[in-house]
Amino acid sequence: MSQNFKNWPILTALVLATVPIVLMYSYLVLDTVTNTEPGGILPSSFTLEHWRFLYENIEGKANIWQVTLNTLVFASSVMLLVLSVSSTAGYALSRLNIPFRREFLAGVLILHAFPSITLIIAIFLILQLIGLYNTLIGVIIVMTSLQLPLGIWIMKGFYDSVPWEIEMAGLQDGASRFTVWYHLVLPQVRPGIIALGVFSFLSGWGEYILPTVLAPANNVQVLSGYLASLIADDRNFEFNLFKSVGLFYATPVVIMYLFFQDKLMNIYGGGTKG
Amino acid sequence: MKAALAELQIELTPYQINTLSQAAYTGWVWTTDNFHKMTILPETKQILFNTIIYVTFTLLLFNVGFALVLAIATFYLPKGQAGIFRALWLLPRISPSVLYVVLWKWLTWDTGFLNAILNPLGVAQRNWMLDTTLNAWVFVVLINGFIGASMGMILFSSAITAIPKPLLYASEVDGANRWQQIRFIILPQLKWPILFVTVYQCLSLLTSFEQILLSTDGGPGSTTEVWALAAYHNALDNYWGNLQYGYGAALALVLVVIGVIMSFIFLRFFRFQELVRQPRIEQ
Repeated sequence: MSQNFKNWPILTALVLATVPIVLMYSYLVLDTVTNTEPGGILPSSFTLEHWRFLYENIEGKANIWQVTLNTLVFASSVMLLVLSVSSTAGYALSRLNIPFRREFLAGVLILHAFPSITLIIAIFLILQLIGLYNTLIGVIIVMTSLQLPLGIWIMKGFYDSVPWEIEMAGLQDGASRFTVWYHLVLPQVRPGIIALGVFSFLSGWGEYILPTVLAPANNVQVLSGYLASLIADDRNFEFNLFKSVGLFYATPVVIMYLFFQDKLMNIYGGGTKG
Repeated sequence: MKAALAELQIELTPYQINTLSQAAYTGWVWTTDNFHKMTILPETKQILFNTIIYVTFTLLLFNVGFALVLAIATFYLPKGQAGIFRALWLLPRISPSVLYVVLWKWLTWDTGFLNAILNPLGVAQRNWMLDTTLNAWVFVVLINGFIGASMGMILFSSAITAIPKPLLYASEVDGANRWQQIRFIILPQLKWPILFVTVYQCLSLLTSFEQILLSTDGGPGSTTEVWALAAYHNALDNYWGNLQYGYGAALALVLVVIGVIMSFIFLRFFRFQELVRQPRIEQ
């Protein structure tokens, strides 16, 4: 901003610090369509062989399209569940005079403040007890419940900023609480709904530990587990293949991010990852 | 069982007795054995020490330190350039963690990029991530720090933009250099965001182990094994195959207790009362 100070020292420092990121991500794209001589730095030839996983199964691994479908089902179910519960629970906590509201809010905030991954051991045992171990439904339920504290908290924040006058007016005109919520308040918090929806979809899409621990079987594998099992397999150690799968995996994320960048800032500012 | 051992005059160390009683497990009993075990195992001291190193360095160097640098630096740059840097530094956060760690492995492993660059310069080929403890720590902190820096960056940036512009212009007219401007105008305004990020990220780092699991997996040896990862390893992914749910859960419970205590402090600091004001329609 200030014209009185020179820019270049800052620019140089930032560029230097950003080199690892730029390197890693540009080679991520480059290496998927090229081969590099062992020990070489720049690619030497163009090839599409690293994308072969799209049309033939890699030995001992699940079909990529099945895995992608699983991931899609997983991420969208989590998104839908989180959205429907948070948008109603957030409203109730923000606007309704329900008993134990304070205590409930404190509970939600505490659950939000410490990542619930600490509960995974207990969850693992419970899922085995009730027979949802190794099913997609089991992971979806667990993932949703772990996302809910953040979701409810964010939606409550958005509802809090909607002026009371809108609802009062609606109620004066004889609408029910539900109508007021659905037709008057919900449109006001659309940015929150979009942000939370995209965020929970992306969290579901990127989640690794829950599906790996709670549903390790091949037929319910998701992309994160697929990629991790490729890397763990010593028989074909091929970074370019990993990267192609990785790029295939990350493309939807990057596209969604580009579209919803501004809206997502609301949530990333609140942060959930370390 | 201890009585039976005494009868047979077999002397075992406490650890062996512990192992034996676990092998002879017959049902559900109330016990404090797991917590006792936690206090006597030498590994506990090691993972406690590791956790402190991990949280302190990642937090100070990246989640707060580098986040501040990023926020202040991008504030001084023209809008376009600042946008590019912010977007680049958000990439690690939005990338799926498995892919993100693969990229770091590609950078550091035996056949990786660092070796490809350094080999011609006469540096012997090696696995930069795992060959020494120091290197492993450097990369554990880097991998987690690159993700963590973005949250602080966003929060600090918005706090800086909220500083009234006339304040900055006035300081420049009065001849303040950039360092003085940062030190006396920007940093004091960031006191609360910095405190918030420190507490919040401290809590997140304590319980996060996904990136470490994927990159060093606690190695080499167990030199980068942090508390949360130890809980995971003991209960769900044991190298020897004897899964110890109880012990793992006991380790996790310690984290939960710390988490709850810290979040109460957190609520004190960040004005919980205001957040739970009474709703107005029913009154």
